[in-house]
Amino acid sequence: MTAALSIVDLHVALGGAPVLRGVDLEVAAGEWVTVIGPNGAGKSTLVRAVGGVLPHTGSIAILGTPAARLRRRERARLVAAVMQSPVIPGGMAVLDYVLLGRTPYIPPLGRESATDVAVVREVLDRLQLTRFAGRELATLSGGERQRVFLARALAQGAPLLLLDEPTSALDIGHQQDVLELVDGLRRSDGLTVLATMHDLSLAGEYADRLVLLAEGRVAATGPPRQVLTEELLARYYRARVRVVDGGQGPLVVPVRPVGPA
Amino acid sequence: MTASPRPGPGEGAPPAYRGPTAGVEDEPHGDPVPPPHRGPARLRPRWLVAGVVAVVVTALAGLALGPVRLAPAGVAAELLNLMPGVHLDSGLTERETAIVTQLRLPRVVLGLLVGAMLALSGGCYQGVFRNPLADPYLLGAAAGAGLGATVAIALRGGAGGDATASLPTTVPIAAFLGALTAVALTYGLGAAGGRDRTPATLILAGVAVTSFLTAGQTYLLQRNVQTIREVYSWILGRLATDGWHDVLMLLPYAVATAAVVLLHGRRLDVLAVGDEEAAGLGVHPQRSRLLLVVVASLGTAAAVAVSGLIAFVGIIVPHTVRLLAGASYRVVLPLSMLFGAAFLTLCDLAARTAVAPAEIPIGVVTAFFGAPFFILVLRTTRRVPV
Repeated sequence: MTAALSIVDLHVALGGAPVLRGVDLEVAAGEWVTVIGPNGAGKSTLVRAVGGVLPHTGSIAILGTPAARLRRRERARLVAAVMQSPVIPGGMAVLDYVLLGRTPYIPPLGRESATDVAVVREVLDRLQLTRFAGRELATLSGGERQRVFLARALAQGAPLLLLDEPTSALDIGHQQDVLELVDGLRRSDGLTVLATMHDLSLAGEYADRLVLLAEGRVAATGPPRQVLTEELLARYYRARVRVVDGGQGPLVVPVRPVGPA
Repeated sequence: MTASPRPGPGEGAPPAYRGPTAGVEDEPHGDPVPPPHRGPARLRPRWLVAGVVAVVVTALAGLALGPVRLAPAGVAAELLNLMPGVHLDSGLTERETAIVTQLRLPRVVLGLLVGAMLALSGGCYQGVFRNPLADPYLLGAAAGAGLGATVAIALRGGAGGDATASLPTTVPIAAFLGALTAVALTYGLGAAGGRDRTPATLILAGVAVTSFLTAGQTYLLQRNVQTIREVYSWILGRLATDGWHDVLMLLPYAVATAAVVLLHGRRLDVLAVGDEEAAGLGVHPQRSRLLLVVVASLGTAAAVAVSGLIAFVGIIVPHTVRLLAGASYRVVLPLSMLFGAAFLTLCDLAARTAVAPAEIPIGVVTAFFGAPFFILVLRTTRRVPV
C-alpha cells in the first residue's frame, strides 16, 4: 500500500539558517505520527514544509505523488493543516470560516455550491458546532476555536491531516477533548495524522508512532515506549524526568533536580 | 473553467478513506437538519436596494440643487428623456434642461465614478493588506500623483504659459503616471525581499516611497512658489468639469477595475485567514495580491487624475459598510462602490452649494465628515479587530 506521506532527505533553511538537515519520514495511511523534540528542533518547520508553504530540497510525496508535481489546488485536496495560532478574521462567522475549507473545490472566481454548504453543515454537525454556525469566530473560546479550525481542515476533505501544536492553547480537559475528537475522526474516516506536540505524555498516548527531532534531524523514531525513555529525553531535551507506565502509554513526569537544601 | 467536474472531497484518497462527507455528494438536498440560523455570508437584496436607492437619490439631488433650483421630478423625467424612445414632459425650460444635461450631469456622473472607485479600491486594499487603515493611497499613489501634478503645473508655469488654458490634459496625465510609478516603485522595493515579503513589508515600503516623493514635491513647490495656489487647489480635490472629457477618461479604468475587483470578493475572504493558511487552501496569496493591487491602483490613479486627492472616502465608506452590512468582501466591495458613489456626490453637492457661488474643495468636505467617523471606526475595531 502506498504511504500517505513519504519524506526523503528533506532540507529546509529559514532566513539562510538550516533548520531541517536531512529528514526521512514515512507515514502509513491511517497512521498517527507525532513529531516531538525540544524548542527549535524543526517540528513546525517539518509540518509547514509538508503543508507546501516552505521552500525545501529533498522530496515529499503525498499518497505516492511527488508534491512538487501537484498544483496548489490539488495539494489542498490531499493535505489539510491546522497551524499554530491561525489568524482570526474579524467579523467572520463560523459557517463562513469553515466554508473557506472548500476553496480547493471552488473555481478560482466562483462561489460555493449547495454541495459545499451541505458538506460544511455536516462537518459542523459532527463537531457539535452547529449552534455556533452564526457566531463570530472572534467571540468563541479557545477550545471552541480549535474545533472550528479542525472543522475547516475537515471541510477540505483531505486524507492527510497536519496538526501543529493542536493543544498548546488549551486546558487539560480541552486537550483531551480535541485529541479524542481527532482520533475518532481518524478511525471513522481513515485519516492520516501528522502532528507536533510539546506535551510528551499526551503525545505518547495518542500517537501510533513518535518521531523525536533534534537539531533538524530525526534522533529517534518508533512506538512511544521506545522513544519516551529517560535516557533519550535527558540527552535531547536536557530534562530530568521519570517515565512511568500509564495504561495508554508512558507518562513523562518532570522531576526537579535535588538542589542545595 | 467550468464547475461541472467538481471532484468530491475523497477523490484521490486511498480506498479506506470515506471522507467526512460520505453520502452528502449523492444527496445534496436530502438534508433533514432543521433550518440553520443563517446561511453563508452574501449580499442581501435589501442592502443592494438600499445602495441603488442611495445612488439615485443623491444623483437626483446633485442634478436638482444648485444656484438654480429645479424640481427633482422634472430632473428625473429629463434623465429618462436621454434614453432613446422616451419623450416625457419634464416641465423644465430649455435653459434648465441644458443646466441639467450639459452642466450638472457630467459633474454628477464624475462624482459617482470617482466615489465608487476610491471606495472600492480602499475596500480592496484593506482586504489585500489585511489592514483596516489601508486606503487607496497606501502604496504612494497620492504622493506620486501629487508630484506628477506639481511637476506638470510648475513646468507650465515656468514656461510662462497660461496654466489652465494651454493643455487641459497635461496635469491629469502627469498625475496618473505619477501615481502608477509610485505604486510600482513601492511594489518593487517591498517585493525585493523575495518570497518572505509580507503585507507589512509592502506597507512600510509605501511609507518610504510616500515620504520620498512628498519631499520631492515640497522641494519643487518651494522653488516655484507662484504655483502653490494651483497645486493646493489640485491636492484638495475638485470635481469641476468641462463636459464629458473627464468622465470618458475615467470610465474604461473604472469598468475594468470594478469587474476584476468584484470578481475577487471570495478570494479576499480567503486571504483574510493569512498568507500561509490561504496557500494551504490552494490559492496563491502573492499572485492575487499583485493582481488586485495593480487593478485597484489603476482605478485609483485614474480617479485621482481627474479629481485630485480626495481623502477619507476610501476608508470611511468600506468601514461603514463592514459595520452595517457584514464583513465578507462579497458584501463590502459592491456596497462600497454604491455608497462611495452616493457619498461623494453628496459631498460635492455640499462643496458647491454651502458657500455658493464659491466652492469648498471637496477634499475638505469629505475629511470634515471623515475625521469624526474615523474615531468611531477605531473605537469599533477595538471590539472586533478586522
